[in-house]
Amino acid sequence: MSANNESWGSRVGLILAMAGNAVGFGNFLRFPVQAVQNGGGAFIIPYLVCFLLMGIPLLWIEWSIGRFGGRFGYHSTPFILNSLDKRRFWKYLGVFGVWTNIAVAAYYCYLESWTLSYVYHSLVGSFSDLSQTQIAQFFNDYVNLSVSTSGIPYEPIFFFVVCLALNTWVLSRGLSGGVEKVAKIGMPLLILFGMFLAFKGFTITAGEDGAINDSSVGLNFLWTPNFDSLWSPKVWLAAAGQIFFTLSVGMGSIQCYASYMRSKDDIALSAMSAGWMNEFVEVVLGSSIIIPIAVGYLGIDNVIELTKSGGLGLGFRTLPYLFYQWGDLLGALSGVMWFGLLFFAGITSSLAMGTPWMSFLMDEFKWKRESAAWSFGIIVFVLGMPTVLFFNYGVFDEYDYWSGTVSLVVFAMIESILFAWVFGIDKGMREINAGSDIQVPNIYRFIIKYITPTFILLVFLSSLVTPKDGNWDEALSGNWVLDDSSIIRKITNAGLKEQITAATDAATKANLEDTLMFVNGSRLLLVVLFLSITYLVYVAYNRRLKEGEI
Amino acid sequence: MNTLALSVMLFTMISVTVVTIYFFILVLKTPPRPEPDSYSENDDEPRP
Repeated sequence: MSANNESWGSRVGLILAMAGNAVGFGNFLRFPVQAVQNGGGAFIIPYLVCFLLMGIPLLWIEWSIGRFGGRFGYHSTPFILNSLDKRRFWKYLGVFGVWTNIAVAAYYCYLESWTLSYVYHSLVGSFSDLSQTQIAQFFNDYVNLSVSTSGIPYEPIFFFVVCLALNTWVLSRGLSGGVEKVAKIGMPLLILFGMFLAFKGFTITAGEDGAINDSSVGLNFLWTPNFDSLWSPKVWLAAAGQIFFTLSVGMGSIQCYASYMRSKDDIALSAMSAGWMNEFVEVVLGSSIIIPIAVGYLGIDNVIELTKSGGLGLGFRTLPYLFYQWGDLLGALSGVMWFGLLFFAGITSSLAMGTPWMSFLMDEFKWKRESAAWSFGIIVFVLGMPTVLFFNYGVFDEYDYWSGTVSLVVFAMIESILFAWVFGIDKGMREINAGSDIQVPNIYRFIIKYITPTFILLVFLSSLVTPKDGNWDEALSGNWVLDDSSIIRKITNAGLKEQITAATDAATKANLEDTLMFVNGSRLLLVVLFLSITYLVYVAYNRRLKEGEI
Repeated sequence: MNTLALSVMLFTMISVTVVTIYFFILVLKTPPRPEPDSYSENDDEPRP
């Protein structure tokens, strides 16, 4: 008898938890940057096409796979996948759906702890008299353990532990008593804070509070469509990648959440509602905050430069300074709202990352919920500490690359093939439509079987052999030089090794060699984690065999 | 703001907002299924 008797409290709670799982930092920090770098307003065309052809089908696949597995008492992907096809290897492929969540949580909770810390710093006014350079330096000091920005010793570790403890405590309260309650509070607050900041983003006037541009300049910069970009594979791949990461598909958390539903209850409409809620937060709110505000105060050229390193720098190194252009009170309030909304976006996602591991332990090893939650907290702490201690040595990026990028695509490819080709599209469509409150258009039979797996395969292949600087035109014309971010170059550390060879300064060389060591070390940790979960799945499978449950 | 950018922005934002609200209202207006369903808040007796 499983110790797992979790359930959702209400349908709205489930949808908010699913939407909260999808809404993350990327909605506010990644999407607008991707849009300005890939055709401006025209980016929305491939983006929405990918949402309809890849995002929604994957949501339906994951919701229905989860609910199907839940029927047999399975709530984590190793055994959920195995319920769709009896061949043993599926459950080992399902390990991705537990491993990814733990590995992503290890660095994601650290990122989440930054937002918690920045809420605190906004409240106590740490940013009020700092210049733009000083605020950028504040962030550098924060991630560098040798300097404390608040007087708290080892401040990043302190906030990381607080953040993890909070996640663990909520998880220990269960789905309806913890996760769902946080989603019901966090999602409305996130939208409220987002609407306030979007309003500010829309009402900047040049000459007021130090602004050099009206909001319209930033909005023009973001939304003016460059239709020529639609012919570039880079733009389509960026759109597909953004859809992938924004919906949290390919992780195993959606399947886990859906596994606590009964087969007569709707998934088709609920998945659509949660998916579109994420799109609202990303497209409407996400596009209305950082770019218009940053362009309003810094100008387009500076923003182009800042977005080269992604949205993270803009969000943490620049926005706190810009908020204080509105005065001390509004600056502090806006800081609390901005980092507060990022915190809610983060915690609703990290809670979803905890549930697959907990469900696995509760189903297979009869662990109590509280013990399972604490085991998640401890594992994430152990795995996450290297990202805190060796942040400047690329450990954080390494985790993000393998578990937060490559693994999602691989697992989504596995499950889409399993669902459409092995389980069978006829049974699959029946499963999606079972208990449905809306009729899923029949065209999705074709899309799920052919288009979605093809899209995912293209995303994977493009990551495998990404051409230098994402220049597909040159690559397709015959001059295919691999970028350092391509899987092939990344796995061999080719870029890093070339930097070491080219380094002339002894200190730089030593630093790069240390980075190489930490990169390999972090990969080793990830591999050990994967193998450990695989072993546990093997033990659980044998136990089920012995007890005659399989 | 130039007309093209404004049109693309308004069309996108309004469309996404309308579709989001439409699906959420559909969820709210759909009557709950007879018990036992997936949700514990409407249970007559608390779950173990």
